[in-house]
Amino acid sequence: MNSLSDFVLVSAMLFGIGVYGLVTKRNALRLLFAVEIMINAANLNFVAFGQYLPSLEAGATGSNALGQTFVLFSIALAAAEAAVILAIVVVAYRLHQDVDVSELKSMEG
Amino acid sequence: MADLVFLAMMVVTVASAIFALEADEIIYGAIGLAGSLFGVAMLFFLLDAPYVAVFQIAVYIGAVAVLILFTVMLVRQEKWAKEVPAKSVTRLAGALTGLAITIALAFAVIATNLSQFSTIVNTANFVNIGQLISTSDAPILLVLALVLAASVVGALTLSRADREERTP
Repeated sequence: MNSLSDFVLVSAMLFGIGVYGLVTKRNALRLLFAVEIMINAANLNFVAFGQYLPSLEAGATGSNALGQTFVLFSIALAAAEAAVILAIVVVAYRLHQDVDVSELKSMEG
Repeated sequence: MADLVFLAMMVVTVASAIFALEADEIIYGAIGLAGSLFGVAMLFFLLDAPYVAVFQIAVYIGAVAVLILFTVMLVRQEKWAKEVPAKSVTRLAGALTGLAITIALAFAVIATNLSQFSTIVNTANFVNIGQLISTSDAPILLVLALVLAASVVGALTLSRADREERTP
């Protein structure tokens, strides 16, 4: 059977891949991909710990939906974030004909 | 059996995540991202959390991945269909940073006794989730609804302001 550490290791790998994407990529859409991958790594951690660890509340009966509930909230928040980022990408593309973040300098101080 | 499925899903998730970032054309990268999100949804199924898994498929693959695909098609242009690759120093630094973080986390996981938890003890189903969302977590749900509405209005305003700017 799988143990909690297996899922946490997968989550660590996904997080590492996301960090690699954030450091190396300059295309705004690739950065969005990297952020989504990292959010998924965090979500996987939430569900894995919530499912494997017993509830810490006094008198709990083994049904602890907190981990899953917070992942639902996190997924909805990530969807909102993706919508805003994609709108910004489309506007930046219309203004500059490019989505390379190193080329978008109009907000630089 | 479950181990084989887990291994397959792990490979699908991690390989698609790498493909999402490294694919030559960004539209293939978007499809790779959808594959990675699907792999995570399958891992949720293995974790005995089917409600979250279905939510992940509906929202991430059904909405976010399709939204990303449409945006890629809107802004795709021959000029950066072939992306300018980053400098090899940057790539090396990124790969080393990602690898270092993964290895550090892996050592932390192995050093602790997380592997002793090998059975899923949680029996929460979607009824418990619904109860939690509608009772003690209801304020979070309301705030989240406001955030979603604000983000959609913000996205619409962004594109509308731009259009007004361009009309003569």
